[in-house]
Amino acid sequence: MKSTLATAAAKGAAIDIVSAIKRYGAFTALDDVSLHIEPGEFMTLLGPSGSGKTTTLNVVAGFTEITSGELTVGGTSMVGVPAHKRNIGVVFQHYALFPHMNVGRNVAYPLTLRGVGRAERERRVARALDMVKMADFAHRYPSELSGGQQQRVALARAIVFDPPILLMDEPLGALDKKLREWLQLEIKRIHRELGTTFVYVTHDQEEALVLSDRIAVFNHGRIEQIGTGRQLYDEPATLFVGKFIGDSTVLRGEARVSGEETAITIAGETVTTRRRIADGARPVMLLRPEKLSLARPGAGAGGRNRLSGEIAEAIYLGSGSKYEVRLRDGSTAIVRSPLEAESFAIGDAVSLCFAERDAKLLADDDQADLILT
Amino acid sequence: MPAAPPAKGARKAPRFIAGPLWLTVPALVLLVAVVGYPLLIIVLRSFSEPAWGVQNYVWFFGTPVNLVVLQRTFEVSAWVTLACVISAYPYAYMMTVVGPAMRMLLILCVLVPFWVSGVVRTMAWVILLQDSGVINSLLKWAGLGTVRLIRTQLGVVIGMTQVLLPFMILPLYSVMRGIDLRLVQAARSLGARPSRAFLQVYLPLSLPGVYAGAIIVFILALGFYITPALLGGPRSVLLSTLMQNQVLSLLNWGRGGAMGVVLLVATFVLLALAAPLMRQRHKQGARR
Repeated sequence: MKSTLATAAAKGAAIDIVSAIKRYGAFTALDDVSLHIEPGEFMTLLGPSGSGKTTTLNVVAGFTEITSGELTVGGTSMVGVPAHKRNIGVVFQHYALFPHMNVGRNVAYPLTLRGVGRAERERRVARALDMVKMADFAHRYPSELSGGQQQRVALARAIVFDPPILLMDEPLGALDKKLREWLQLEIKRIHRELGTTFVYVTHDQEEALVLSDRIAVFNHGRIEQIGTGRQLYDEPATLFVGKFIGDSTVLRGEARVSGEETAITIAGETVTTRRRIADGARPVMLLRPEKLSLARPGAGAGGRNRLSGEIAEAIYLGSGSKYEVRLRDGSTAIVRSPLEAESFAIGDAVSLCFAERDAKLLADDDQADLILT
Repeated sequence: MPAAPPAKGARKAPRFIAGPLWLTVPALVLLVAVVGYPLLIIVLRSFSEPAWGVQNYVWFFGTPVNLVVLQRTFEVSAWVTLACVISAYPYAYMMTVVGPAMRMLLILCVLVPFWVSGVVRTMAWVILLQDSGVINSLLKWAGLGTVRLIRTQLGVVIGMTQVLLPFMILPLYSVMRGIDLRLVQAARSLGARPSRAFLQVYLPLSLPGVYAGAIIVFILALGFYITPALLGGPRSVLLSTLMQNQVLSLLNWGRGGAMGVVLLVATFVLLALAAPLMRQRHKQGARR
């Protein structure tokens, strides 16, 4: 059964968005967005609310027309094509199941619209419900199901007509954490089995990391960066991306170039880097919590890159410890240290150590602070 | 009123709400005193005047005019209900999709006539509908000739529709407001043309409002007095006018009472027929 499922399923289509602009009066919802999605890829559009990710999804679904730009699906232009002719599956945050139809009729609806015969229809409905593990609920009405069950039915309804593309708009947003984590794995499994192109909208970076082949990070109607989760975490292109994906410590300093090296002054102390920066620039240094380590002042190794501070908060996490370190200029660094490392108490004076290669230097972006807490 | 579809999750309504039942006493007393008691008297008099027996009912069903008028009353009510559904549906829909300021204006347009007495509004219709009135002048000006409206059934239907329209719009609006428009969007994404998305998703979900409004309008129309009396002619007399004639002009309370009872029973029969329809929608459309 499983093997026939995979072969019977339609293969995914590629999506190309080129220089898409969407304006609502004076407000620009999409500001020159370009995005290429590979056939069968799991692409997540990640960003805070109002960043343009849902608008992008609506543009692909056909609920919104772009003001200018181009959209092609599987090589065919979709500009001006109404939603019902696009053959794209959509799963909504609020399930959008038809309350006057039972589960079976809900899932059969797209097949009825396509004039699929009764026997074939029943077979495909059963297959889709089987895939989301809701086969026993065909005669129930949506109001008799829990949120998680409703969303699985909505998923079955969106894949039953074998669309080459499935769009999901924060489908797990209204569910509790446990259910969400379980359904994430279910969605991943279904993506593998179907081979359909998935476009998934979320504001939850963890969810994006769990699910996606690639992630497009949206901010203010623009895409800040597109890449795999690892790329976004290790090599953020902007401060916004660095802060949105994972925890990070952001330190502001001033650069002084001397010969081969660049010295950056942070909170009265100096660290060095080989990277080339304009003299007098004010870069931002981004450090991941697990790449920072703590040492007693003056003690131990740790190289030249050390900053002094004081422990402001110490949290025991079981798998290790998390510290908040207050630096001299008042900024806070977050450090995650392994279990075997030396432990510190609140008020201890410490040195914050890091390797040069782990410090990402980025252009400052004042807006990043406003958006993220 | 039938409930709107719930936004999420299965919820069970509590079977019994324990509460201060005595709070219903004032309304109950009023209903018993001003509806229940007079009703009882009417029923009694229909069987007891001028003598005990069913002679008033024998008279009612034995007089062809009465049956013609009864039938006409139901016909006119049906036309008024239909006209109300057709004109109220798009109006109520607009109320759910426009912005708050526009919605306020639309609600005001529905409610303002409520604040004007029915007699005044009906008199306005007399002026509008008469042979040399505004409507006929316009028709004449447009070269369409004139239509006899005043003292005809058409005139009565037009006037009653206008007066009863709010009773159709308000229940429809309250149901439509609860319909998630994203369901229509979902239907579109699944491949439904706009017309099919409307017919298969929006319309079925709005039907509870149509039923509720239609029943209210139909029942009110059956017993409507002022508007048909003023706008109608001898050939468009409704049962309410006949009743008034029996009671106030001929002082025949027995026959008038019998007419009232016949209308009441007919209404109950109609409600009983409509009930399964309502239950059906309710079971499908909403929480259990």
